[in-house]
Parts: sequence; structure tokens; C-alpha cells
Amino acid sequence: MIAHDFDYYRPDTMKEAYGIYQKLSAMDKSPAYYAGGSEVITMSRAGSILPGAVVDLKAIPECTYMGFADEGLMIGACVTLSAIAESKLFPMLGTAVSRIADHTNQCRITLGGNVCGTIIYRESVLPLLLTDCSVYLWGANGERRVPIKDVFHQRVMLKKGEFITRFAIDQKWLGVPYIHVKKTKNEKIDYPLLTLVALLEGGDIRMAFSGLCEFPFRSSRIEDTLNGPDCTISEKAERITHQLPGPCLDNLDGSAEYRAFVLKNTVYKVLQKFKEMPNGRI
Amino acid sequence: MKSAVGTSVERIEAWEKVTGKAKYTGDFYSPGTLHARLVTSSIAHGRILSIDFSKARKQTGVRAVLDGKSFPALFGTLLEDQPALAIDKVRYFGEPLAIIVAASEAEASLAAELVEVEYEPLPVINSAQESVQQGAPLIHEAMMSYKKGANDLLPQAGTNVAASFQIRKGNLSHGWAASEVVIEEHYSLPGSDHAAMEVRVAQAEIKPGGTVEIMASTQSPFAVKKQVSKLFNIPEGKVVVRVPFLGGGFGGKAAVYLEVLAYMASFAVGGSPVRLTITREQDMASCPARLGLEADIKLGAARDGTIVAAEMLFLLDTGAYCTSSPYMSKAIAADCTGPYNIENLWCDSLCVYTNHIPATSFRGFAHESYTFCIERALDALANRCGIDPLELRLKNAIQPGHFSPTQVRITSSNAGNTSACIQKLSSLINWEEGIRIELGDGKVRAKGMSCLWKTSTSPTDASAGAILTFNSDGSLNLNTGVVEMGSGGQTQLAQMLADRMKMDIGRVHVRLDVDTQLNPHYWKTVASMTTYMAGRAVIKAADDAIAQLKAIASVALRCPPEELELGHEYVYLRSDPQFGISFQKLVQGFKYPNGNAVGGQIIGRGSFIMGHLTPLSPETGKGKTGPDWTVGAQAVEVELDTTEFTYRIIKAATVMDVGKLINPRAAEGIICGGMSMGLSLASREYFPYNGRGVMQATSLRNYKLLHIGQEPDYLVGFVETPQEDSPYGARVFSEHGIIGIPAALANALSTASNSSLNRLPITPETIWKSYMGGKP
Amino acid sequence: MVEYKGKCVIDLQVNGETRTATVRPSDVLLDVLREQFGLTGAKPGCKNGDCGACTVLMDGWPVKSCLVLAVEAAGHAVTTIEGLQNVPLQKAFVDCEAFQCGYCTSGFLMVCHSLMTQHPDARESVIEDWLQANLCRCTGYSEIRNALRTVLPD
Repeated sequence: MIAHDFDYYRPDTMKEAYGIYQKLSAMDKSPAYYAGGSEVITMSRAGSILPGAVVDLKAIPECTYMGFADEGLMIGACVTLSAIAESKLFPMLGTAVSRIADHTNQCRITLGGNVCGTIIYRESVLPLLLTDCSVYLWGANGERRVPIKDVFHQRVMLKKGEFITRFAIDQKWLGVPYIHVKKTKNEKIDYPLLTLVALLEGGDIRMAFSGLCEFPFRSSRIEDTLNGPDCTISEKAERITHQLPGPCLDNLDGSAEYRAFVLKNTVYKVLQKFKEMPNGRI
Repeated sequence: MKSAVGTSVERIEAWEKVTGKAKYTGDFYSPGTLHARLVTSSIAHGRILSIDFSKARKQTGVRAVLDGKSFPALFGTLLEDQPALAIDKVRYFGEPLAIIVAASEAEASLAAELVEVEYEPLPVINSAQESVQQGAPLIHEAMMSYKKGANDLLPQAGTNVAASFQIRKGNLSHGWAASEVVIEEHYSLPGSDHAAMEVRVAQAEIKPGGTVEIMASTQSPFAVKKQVSKLFNIPEGKVVVRVPFLGGGFGGKAAVYLEVLAYMASFAVGGSPVRLTITREQDMASCPARLGLEADIKLGAARDGTIVAAEMLFLLDTGAYCTSSPYMSKAIAADCTGPYNIENLWCDSLCVYTNHIPATSFRGFAHESYTFCIERALDALANRCGIDPLELRLKNAIQPGHFSPTQVRITSSNAGNTSACIQKLSSLINWEEGIRIELGDGKVRAKGMSCLWKTSTSPTDASAGAILTFNSDGSLNLNTGVVEMGSGGQTQLAQMLADRMKMDIGRVHVRLDVDTQLNPHYWKTVASMTTYMAGRAVIKAADDAIAQLKAIASVALRCPPEELELGHEYVYLRSDPQFGISFQKLVQGFKYPNGNAVGGQIIGRGSFIMGHLTPLSPETGKGKTGPDWTVGAQAVEVELDTTEFTYRIIKAATVMDVGKLINPRAAEGIICGGMSMGLSLASREYFPYNGRGVMQATSLRNYKLLHIGQEPDYLVGFVETPQEDSPYGARVFSEHGIIGIPAALANALSTASNSSLNRLPITPETIWKSYMGGKP
Repeated sequence: MVEYKGKCVIDLQVNGETRTATVRPSDVLLDVLREQFGLTGAKPGCKNGDCGACTVLMDGWPVKSCLVLAVEAAGHAVTTIEGLQNVPLQKAFVDCEAFQCGYCTSGFLMVCHSLMTQHPDARESVIEDWLQANLCRCTGYSEIRNALRTVLPD
């Protein structure tokens, strides 16, 4: 039960969505964009957010489309995690999103919702970071397309009222071999101690992480270490524990020291696997 | 006819439950019911300087606000230490301190957010050990003046010790003198939650004639009746408590609490019906939970592993209030050795206040906690002696002729056969193949075991009753006050009744919900006692009905009643079974062909009261807390990855001496459920408190329970040593499946990781820490 | 654009019938099913999407009805446990002792039912993934798994 009231709008177009959001903002309604609803509902129930209105994006065709276009695979921001996994179009993303929350919730949580969530883990962004996807945003000047690295710094940097409409992933990434590891405290259905997604691109390792810092990330410093020629994989694994882009998380799921241990161990095992691959040059 | 006893009949309420039609307390909605919401403390210990309702009162729909001053009395079954709503000070994070009553749940909830409370923080006691330090701040300054509901608690003046029990058996100095090997270890178990799937809920209404009607998710409707009557000075007959299906209890719904608050809320609005709904978060942070336990155990043994001396200290963290914890301290003392013979024994078991959530009964009634300690100690001893842990247990297993810690003489009737359970477990889990096997790649498979025993700790005069009525078609109605909460007790009672009456079980209709005005008194649906206590009453009621059937049949059949037999709903002549008369023609009176009638309807009645229980001697602990023990042996097999300390639970096994199997499939189910809960508890569950005593995990998002996919293969075996004073010789065991599992898991993982895991829960991180000494 | 402001009247398709409810846009589907339609088979175990006891199907897929706004459900086919009429799965749950207190049972049945429809050939790992959305505090889970196995094709 959500104790306070809000109004509900379900626009049919991107333009309409942006328009109503602006209008509601001007009326001091503190609107919230709404997709799968999991976060908005749980946070509203807890009273940690009090939107006066929600703007449901699920009726916008662009936001719910998943399929191929010139730019590659288009995934609308309102496509659910389970639809992505069931489609088998992008296995790396399918694997990553299948370990977010639980299956029933995956039938509601959307890709855009998870990427933009307040939850610090946002594990669905990891494959998107590794594959240099493009993000389409709708804002004051209509739709714009930006490389994810330009808009994602710890979180998606959106202007007020702007929302993600869809993601475009270059075809070449869809079938690429990858490694996905999620480690939790002990229960499988839990937030990550560490989620790691990695792939090989032209012999170089790309690796993105969640659960280590207050935000998911991909780090060029870490990738330089991983791909550097001058030390053993065990030394590399050790070294990157000192190269995190922020303080290591220290919470109920695990202490910072233990996370570092898990990171080192996991990276070591992943590097070993890559080493066994034909074009790995670790 | 095949007897209903010993058959896996389906649950009586099965189809209600698979169609969504089974109604639980929260499923009854009626228009016009008002809604109550709790305001709870945001700090763990502090003086309440003010509670400001002014903004809350302005919220639309608000009908009443209440705080501790609205009803400044204390309640509690064993020690009256708890205000219904906090008065003057709060003693734990989440403690209810005000109630808002409003027209809708949303309005009540909005208003609750607007209540402003000002506190003066007090020093927080964050562990049982801090609580017993010299000079520790007192959580209950007035403890010694509290009224007691039991005379054997022995609170210690000027301390936080609310109750203490001790065992002094044999001669300890002789024991130590005879010890060739001594081990001494400390154990620590955090508090945790019952997490029944149904959140606690209560509704109350005061009728114009003064009758109070309460519907609640409680295991103790008759205790609710008694306490509400006593607390609010209402004649007991004017308090009617109803309980429909219960969505899991596990002991957590045995304590009387929300019912009292719901009554107060209804009283505040002139008796209008009020429903007190709490959130899952409040269920976790505000309602009584599972105890925490600290223990020091010292064992002395001969080199061959024969235990000759034991010294134990248990500190039970009861949190801010006692509820039933003093008797859990008592239960720990009474059964402290586990099912082993230890002749020289010293045990102190203290129940101490802290600023944690109050502890109440939890599946196992503290046996799941102390058993962890003693069974870990046994493994430590086995290691030290260089003896196989299973051998060590067999060697020390309690036998007829031995004496329990409270000096009750052990017989095979009252304590079953522990050795047989151990031996059967050994083959079930294939103990012989070795308890630690390296699989390569850093993987290790290991087994650990634990025994268990448990008797009850009821009042010495706990009682049960049963009433049987008949329908005109000859079928039976069974009426006890047993709450149906999933343990299948009612189905087993029906099986016993059908067997005794030699009827088809389909013809036994069971009243599943409880109404204290209609049902005979039943102590509480706790301690797994249904088949024993209510079972005895049911058998007696059946015999009473049989005697009446025979009496009236003897008139109809013109013969003495002793020449009659029953079967298939007929009463017939033993010498000529063709000559008989159907129940149909007897149960509502026998009518002659000319219309004359005799006999009247048959109503069977039966009752039972505990016999031969005595309080424990305050000096030695000699006495008897429960009628009999149920014993068992359990094992867990794990696979540990020693490179990253993650583990999988491969198998969990239980062999239980059940006396006599009444319903084999249900028995397996209830034991598997116990094992599952034990594994969840030992591998994941705990209440994390921050330095200020504030609970950090109050939702099922961050308080983790075991999910499907991580459960092991379950193996269940039975031993049947009859318990002579119980119907069919059956022993009680609904809750027992949990008891040895945390210890067995810890023993397996300690063996696997070559470390000593003496704390719960055991996660990869805790194994890593123990193994590495905390250094990465 | 669809708009719901203040108290509003909506039509919901529940178990094949159209039913009308007066709701606030912030009301969740679970509360409307229970309080207005008397469909109390879906249970409020946590109201936070963690326990699965309130699971219903929307257009054949499982959703936690505590995490769906009632207004969102308009236009979708909602199936609750009350809409399952004597399917073999229910008998399997009874026969396999797949419940004790029964509080989680509706939710598990709905997930299992959806799984059987969407993936009748589901492998063990898929079964686990789906059922991990629900908590049971009474059984050892293997009973639930067994019940589902008995009704899935080999």
C-alpha cells in the first residue's frame, strides 16, 4: 500500500511524455518517470520518494521495441529484463539481467529502469558499457543519440525531464564470447558482492564491475593493467584491487577487505579462462 | 478396513490451500472497519521526552491517537515487564510507542509519519556480554518490583539478569580430576527472525454488550483471552478470540502482543472494529523474534572420549523484554547436555536484558541454539581425542538408567533410542566413506553431524480438551482448540480419531479454525505438543463417545454393552457381527418403530492435563519440565571451494525417533521443513545491529532466507521406540527437524575448512575470516 | 494519453471477467484484488516484491501484484489463484506435501502455472530461476519442485 496519492499518466509518444513531465514539474508535482514500477512503488511505499505524479513510458512504441535497425540491435528502455533474456538476441545482456532481482521481478523491471535506477548496482549497464552501445535520450530538443561513455559517469547523466528511450548495440557484439560472474554473500537472490562481465575485443580484455563501489563502472586504468604485458595474472589480479575508481563498498553484504579478496580471486580465475582462449594474449 | 494411523492421508485443509480459499486473519475485510498503525521507536534506548500528535491529528480520517500513557499497565506471561506501548522510555529500536486509528490504512499510515517524538538517548547495551558487565546500565530499573507470572525465575537485583537457572549434578571436582582431555570454547549466535510468510495481524471490536471480539494470527488464542481479560479487567467469558488459518507461526505467534494493542485501539474509538495491520518491516523490527545466545562450554573426558565433566554458561539475549525467554533459559539448563550422559555437570543459564528486539519462543525453543554450542564442543573434543565424531557421540549417548541434567531417570519410553538414531544416520549419510574428501581443484566434501533431544517446558498444569459431536448421517465432528498453522496436527488428530472409532477418515470432519467460545481450552499450539496433549484428549473423547454408543446400542440391540463392538459406523454384536445398528440410528437418539425415542445425542468429551511435572530446584535444578524427550541424529554434507570459501549444501539427513509414525509423508515433510529452516538460519540469517543498537535488516530484501535451488537433497529416516504414555506411542517432533542442523552444518564446514566455526551464520566471508585470521 | 487523477473507476479483466473498482492511482493491484474483489488468494507477505506470495499472472506472465499499480493492470488479462480451476498442478501440490501453512502456496502455484504454459519443456535450471522468486518458510522446497516435476512432460 502506498499511503500518499499520485496521479498517473501514460503518454503515447515521446514528445507527449516529455511535455507532460515538464507541465507537471511546473505545477510542482515532482513527477517521476515510470517504467517497470518496482523502484517507484517500493520507494513510495517506504515514503522515501513522494512523487505527485508518475509518467508511465510503457505505451511509447520506441520504448517497448526490441529488434534490428540500421544501427544494430535496438532495445527500448521499457523492454523488460525477462523479454531480453527470452529473446536470446544479446546473450551477454540476457545473462546479466537474468541475475538481477528474481525472475518474476524480471518480468516487470525494464532495461531503462535498471540503468537509471537509484539502486547502486544497476548490473544491466555492464554489458552496455563493454559494447560501447549508443543511448537515445529524449529531451528539450527531441531525440539525441550519444555514446554510452559520454552519458554514463557512475550513473546516467540526464538533464531534468530527459529520459532514455532506447539503446542501440552494434551487431558485432551480439554473439561475442563473454564471461559473467556474480558473487553474493551466500544467498543467490541477493545484491552482488561482485558482478563482473568481461569479453575479449581484438585480443584485449574489457571488464566492467558492479558491487565494488557505490556505482557500476568500467575503468581504463584497470583494463590497462589487465592488458599490460609486464606481470603475471596473479599480480594483475592483485594490482587491480588497488585501482578501484572509488572506495570499496563495505556493507552488510560484505566488508571491503572481503570484497577485495573476492575481486582478486574472481579476476584471477577469469584471466585464466581468457588465457586458455585461442586469441587471448594475457 | 485399513487404519488411518500409519497412512499418508492428505491434509484435511489441503484443497482450501491450493485454491486460494483458505482464509487467514488478514483476509477478512468488512466495511466500516477502522485501521490502526503503529508508531515505533527510531532509537534503541532512550527517555521519551515528548510525543507530539498535533500534526497527526490534523490528517484526514484520523479517529484516535494513543500512547503509553493511554494505558499505563505492564504485561507479560512470566514477568510483567512490558508496557503495551512504551512508557517514559524506549528499550529497543522498533518498539511501539503510539497507535494511530484512522478510517483507512493509508490515512493511518500518513498520520503515523507525522507523529513527532523527542528522545534523550541512553547508553545502549548491544550484547548479552555487555549486559552482564559490572556497572552496566540497567534496562529495567524497576525489575525487582515487577509482578511475576512464575515463581522460579530468580531475577538478580541490581543487574540486567531477568531470570537464572542452574544445574548442579554429580561432583564436578571429581569430574575434572578424572579428565584426561579438556576443551573449552566460546560460542556466539545472533538473534534472528521467525519470518513466517504471514505478517502478524490482529483485529478487535468491543460489542455494545461489552463482549470483546478479537481475531488474530496467534498460536495462543486462549492465552490471548486470559491476558486481555486480566489486563483490562474484563470477565474472561466476555473475551472471544478467533483464529482462522495461520500463515506459519514457528513460535513467533505464541506471545500475546498485537491483540492487546488492537483492543486498546478499538477501545479508543468507542469499540468500533479496528484492524491493526503492520508492515513486514514492523513485523521484523517490532514483534518478538528469535533469541541470541552466548555460551562458554568446557568439557572434560577420558582419553577414550567418555565425557566425565562439563561446565557451561549460557547467556540468553532476551532483548528489551522477557516474553517467554526465562523459560527458554530454563529449557537450555534442563536439556543442556544434549542426549548424552554427563554425570558431573555444572550449568548456569541466564536470561539477560539488552537493547535488542525482545526474544520469544522460536522453533526448537532455544534447543536449536544451545545444541549448536554443545555439538560444536563435542566435535572439538572428538578432534582433541582423535576419535571419529560419530563414535564419540555413540560412546556418550544417553541410555536407560542414566539421569538427565535435571535428574530424571531415563527410560526407553521417556527418551527413545539415541544410539539407534546415530547408527541409522551413519548408513543414511554414508558416514563410513569418510568425513573429509578432497575432490581436487580446491574442492572438499565434508560431513558433520549433531544429535538432538528436546522435551517441553510447559506450565506443570498445561491442558487440552476435545469435543466430539455427530451428524445425523453418523459422521463425526472433531473440535479441539488447536490452531492450524501448517504442522498438520489437526490431520493427525483426525487420523487417531478415525482409527479409534474404526471409521473412514473421510467421515471425520474437523473444525479447523479456533473460537475460544466454542472450542475446549487448549494451552497453546506450541512445543509440537498437539499429538501428545490434544491427542490424549481426543482418544479420551473417542472412548467416551464409544461408551455412549455402546450404551444406547445395548438398548436397541437388547444386550449388555460389553458384548458390543464398533466398526464401519456400526455397533454390532461381537458374537454375530451381522446383528448390529448403524451410528446413524444412534448418534442423535434411538427411535423405536412406534416413535418413542431414547438416548439423546451423543457428545464425546475428553481432556488431558500434564502429569508429574515439577519446577526445578533452584539449587540443583532437580525436577521435571516435560513429559518425555524426542531424540534424533542429523547430518549435513557440504562441498567447499577452498580457494574462495563458497560452499554448497549437498545433503541434509535426519533420523528421528518418532515413537510411532502416524502420517509418514507428513512426518517427512515437517522434518524436511525443519532442516530447511535450520540451514537457512545457519547459513544466512541474523539481525545485524549497528553500534547504536539499531537493527539494519528489516525487510526480506536484506534479511535473506534460503530460496529454492540452494536446498540440498533431504534424507529422512525413522526409529520407532514407543512412548508409553502417548497415543499410539507417538512422540512429538514437528519442530525438532531444525535442532541439530546448524551444528551439523558448522561441524561439516569446520571439517572442510580446517577451522573452527563457532559463530552463526556461516557465510563464505566468515569462513574466510576464520581461516585467514581476517588477513586477505 | 491515458490519465488517472484522484479517485477513479477502472475496469479490470480478472479471471476472464470484467470487474469494476474505484481506486487511487497509487493503489497497488494486490490491495484492489483483495479488498475490492475479495480475491484474497494473493497474499501480502512483504509488499516489497521479495516474497512472491502475491504473485498473479498478467497476460500469462508472473508478476508480483504488490509491485503493479491497479491502473496499469487495466487492459491486461489478470489471472489469480481463484482462476485456476482444478488443474493437475493443484493435485500435485496436495500429493507431494508441497505446502504446510499454505500462505505462500498461491504464489508458487501461479509461478508454476505460468512456467508450464510458457516453457513446458523447462529444464531444472529454468525451473529454479522461476521459482526463486518465491519464498516458502515451511517446506524444504524439494516438495514443491517434486510437485512441479510430476506435471511437467518428461
